[in-house]
Amino acid sequence: MLDDITLKDHSLERRIFLSRLFIGAVITLLLIAILVLRLVYLQVFQHQYFSTISDNNRIYLQAIVPTRGRIYDRNGVLLADNKPSYNLTVVRENVPDMNASLDFIQTLIPLPNEEIEKYQQRQRRRNVPFSSVPLAYDLSEEEIARLAVNQFRLPGFQVEAQLVRNYPLGAPIAHAVGYLSSITEQELRTVNAENYEGTHQVGKIGVERFYESILHGQVGYETVEKNARGQIMKVLDRSDPVPGEDLVLHLDSRLQLTAWEALGDFRGGIVALDVNTGGVLAMVSKPSFDPNLFVNGISQRDYEMLNQPIQTPLFNRALAKYSPGSTVKPFVGLAGLDYSIRTPDYQVSDPGYFNLPGDSHTYHDWTWWQTESGHDQVNLAKAIYQSCDIYFWDLAVDLGIDRMSQFMGRFGFGQNTAIDIPQASAGILPSRDWKMETIGQPWYPGETLNSAIGQGYSEATPLQLATATLVMANKGEWHQPVMLKQLGLDGEVIEHASEIPDVSLRNPDDWNFIHQAMQDVVHKGIGGFRDTGSAYYYIARESNMPYHMAGKSGTAQVVGIADDFDNNAEIEERFRDHALFIAFAPVENPQIALAVFVEHGEGGSAVAGPIAKEILDAYLLDEFGQVKPEFISEVESKQLSATHELSETGRTPL
Amino acid sequence: MSSSAYVRKLGGGFVLEKRRSIWERLNLDPPLLFALFVLIGFGFMVLYSATDSNQAELKRQAIFMGIGFIVMFVVAQIDVRVMRRWAPLMYLFSLVLLLLVLFLGSSSKGAQRWLDFPGLPRFQPSEIMKVVLPLTLAAYFSRRAIPPRFKHIGWALVILMLPAALIAIEPDLGTALLIAVSGIFVLLLSGISWKLVFSALGAGILSIPALWIFYLQDYQKLRILTFLNPENDPLGAGWNIIQSKTAIGSGGLYGKGWLNGVQSRLDFLPEGQTDFIVAVLGEELGLAGIVFLLILYLLIIGRGLYIAAVSTDMFTRLLAGSISLTFFVYVFVNIGMVSGILPVVGVPLPLVSLGGTSVVTLMLGFGILMSIHSHGKTAFRYAD
Repeated sequence: MLDDITLKDHSLERRIFLSRLFIGAVITLLLIAILVLRLVYLQVFQHQYFSTISDNNRIYLQAIVPTRGRIYDRNGVLLADNKPSYNLTVVRENVPDMNASLDFIQTLIPLPNEEIEKYQQRQRRRNVPFSSVPLAYDLSEEEIARLAVNQFRLPGFQVEAQLVRNYPLGAPIAHAVGYLSSITEQELRTVNAENYEGTHQVGKIGVERFYESILHGQVGYETVEKNARGQIMKVLDRSDPVPGEDLVLHLDSRLQLTAWEALGDFRGGIVALDVNTGGVLAMVSKPSFDPNLFVNGISQRDYEMLNQPIQTPLFNRALAKYSPGSTVKPFVGLAGLDYSIRTPDYQVSDPGYFNLPGDSHTYHDWTWWQTESGHDQVNLAKAIYQSCDIYFWDLAVDLGIDRMSQFMGRFGFGQNTAIDIPQASAGILPSRDWKMETIGQPWYPGETLNSAIGQGYSEATPLQLATATLVMANKGEWHQPVMLKQLGLDGEVIEHASEIPDVSLRNPDDWNFIHQAMQDVVHKGIGGFRDTGSAYYYIARESNMPYHMAGKSGTAQVVGIADDFDNNAEIEERFRDHALFIAFAPVENPQIALAVFVEHGEGGSAVAGPIAKEILDAYLLDEFGQVKPEFISEVESKQLSATHELSETGRTPL
Repeated sequence: MSSSAYVRKLGGGFVLEKRRSIWERLNLDPPLLFALFVLIGFGFMVLYSATDSNQAELKRQAIFMGIGFIVMFVVAQIDVRVMRRWAPLMYLFSLVLLLLVLFLGSSSKGAQRWLDFPGLPRFQPSEIMKVVLPLTLAAYFSRRAIPPRFKHIGWALVILMLPAALIAIEPDLGTALLIAVSGIFVLLLSGISWKLVFSALGAGILSIPALWIFYLQDYQKLRILTFLNPENDPLGAGWNIIQSKTAIGSGGLYGKGWLNGVQSRLDFLPEGQTDFIVAVLGEELGLAGIVFLLILYLLIIGRGLYIAAVSTDMFTRLLAGSISLTFFVYVFVNIGMVSGILPVVGVPLPLVSLGGTSVVTLMLGFGILMSIHSHGKTAFRYAD
């Protein structure tokens, strides 16, 4: 140690130290310069880039779903509205132990494992971190309370309120109004995806579907700042959504329910139209389904129930095509008059069967199977009110398929004339061209006979039959069927100029003639069986009707048995004939036209006729069983008061 | 002692002195004190924003600042040169504490760094070593030939490696490296030959693969990999560095304004009050704010280097030089890490980041600097 000290050279040491210190200072400055350059690079040259990243970090554009428009019937009764529903939602990032939490929740509220699996599917589809995913829908107040009490044990879980579609009337209106359900990817491609940001559901059928764009409204946006845990710190900007517009339908919910009830346990479809506007007053298909089932996602079991064979509740029978049967006879008869092929007085002798010239096949009238006889001498009026096939076969031979088809087409057969019911079938209006196109065969004369009585290839929907009846009631003036009456309860009634030309006859008196014949179907009950309207016994005989009803029954063969086998009442239900009835009333001042289709109902007059009358009563009569004043024209009111006097004197009216 | 000159007795030497200013009598260095005050004030402002004006934390930090200043003041009153004699003892004592940590220390986050003696505040012995090691090495070299001989360098390395190794196995690699660096500065300043320096450097680089395989923990490897490519795992390991670069970069030239930093306010930036506080500063006050901070640091380091340069004996020179340069290393490593040019190591921004012990240790260092400057003007004979 002594050596070291003696060797010390203080000025040399100082020089060495200072040179080292100097180098240290220089390196320090160099490194500071590097830091500054780095900061300049980040804060000046990359500033724009990092500003964008910083904004993307925190600024989110959130869609605000517009409130869907409500749907009312013509009297302001709610058919579809939005009610608050309370859902249990999860932000998975905030849940420390998902399995434990789910187990705990299962002790609080009923939550089947199936629901948990569905939640997990939703969770997998979610793509925004820290966003909430629904776990359980539509909690009851008690469940909400139980969850609230245990909130502190359930981090990441929350009860959120949400508006869901609600259909207060349920199944009876389901096919007409439609329902809302989860939007599919395919549907998302057909709508403006931007406007459906945040919307999870879309109208599937009926009005909900057709007026989707009006009901939905315009999506709004909120620019929010979120922190790293996804909590919204503040709203930076907001553009309010435009709520969807309320719709008022022509539908009369009271009439709808009447029609629903009137069908009883039968399956079938009913369409009633306002003769003055074409507005759909009722559109029933039975059996139906509860549209509320679809709102929060239908369970597998419920969906299987809706898809069972034969019942097929999802199938809209009011818009499906069936053989119209004899309901086409008034139209075919009118064609005979208008083409001057028949006069009202022209008579056909009806032995109960018919032979086409040059055809060995014998066609039997429906009476043949009951009495082995026919209607004797039949003119057009009788052919309609007694539904005589022989007369129309005879007429068909002279009329020919071309004129028949052309004339029927003017009443809307073979096309969907509805303005806002696109899913309705167009039916089949058979013609030479149609057969060549679809079957690739020429027309055979025997097929004309089938067409004349609404069998064979002919098919029409209840909606089409009601529409044709409306045109008949209106004496050729067209109103296309339409569901929508107006936008908003205070809106103006939307008038539609018909795109289909009115049916004008060479002799307008022919309308009255057919009207009278159709009235006789219901009211002619003076004579015996051979001279009584086919529906008289089922409709007018028992009741004291304060208005005149015009109608026509139809019985459509389900399978081709009637011609070759006994008409067996014991036929298995699925082979039984379909029953149809068309009607309008009051005859003098038509207000409502309708068509009733009863699946396997067998008797057009016996089964479908009374249903039609029940609906007409419900629409036309007031609480005292009198025709509502607004449905009585001045001329008729005088006549009606006269008939009342008659009835008071004890004579059977009509 | 009221006359213009007075006699002062120190360690047996008699010196005649002229009248001294108030600062000289308080043994404080006005430029250094001023720079420290501005830095701590400015840093407190940044911390105020970074803690979201958390009163409790700010108060605690203020108390530590006060303690730091008191420690600085007290140390400044002591002539550091007396410490040279005590250096070996202090060194041994600190070494014992480090050993105690390994056996008795309390652990947090998987590392055993703290000592918990009843009646004493919890502390990290490695903080004490930060001061003691440069002191010991400076004392050692001040009695040896300059430039040092090979065997002295060997001994110095042993003195250096012992505490560094003990701290490294806690494990606290960051602190171990920084303490080693403070010792290496003493070696470099003592005039160790460049040939040796560069061969050591080469050997160090060659040993990296071995270190990687045998020594580095998984989390440390991850930090280095993340540094090389933060976008590999942007939501995991790379998150910190991406968010801090975003904060700094989005600040631009003048920043988003004090208290307006969204990255930290919305919790995107982790550790914004501690290691990553520069990101808060860069976001809110921009390039201007960070450059201002760097200027303050430069003033402090520059003053420290000046004190070292004008110091009259080798012990204080080496000590002052090491303290100043080590202080700079803290600054550089922290800002370099936050701005993404160095891997993430747990080094706080000196005198600004939230944290008590480091403030006290650093202020103790500045107390030593002031003492060196103040007392160094008087002659001192070492009682060897």
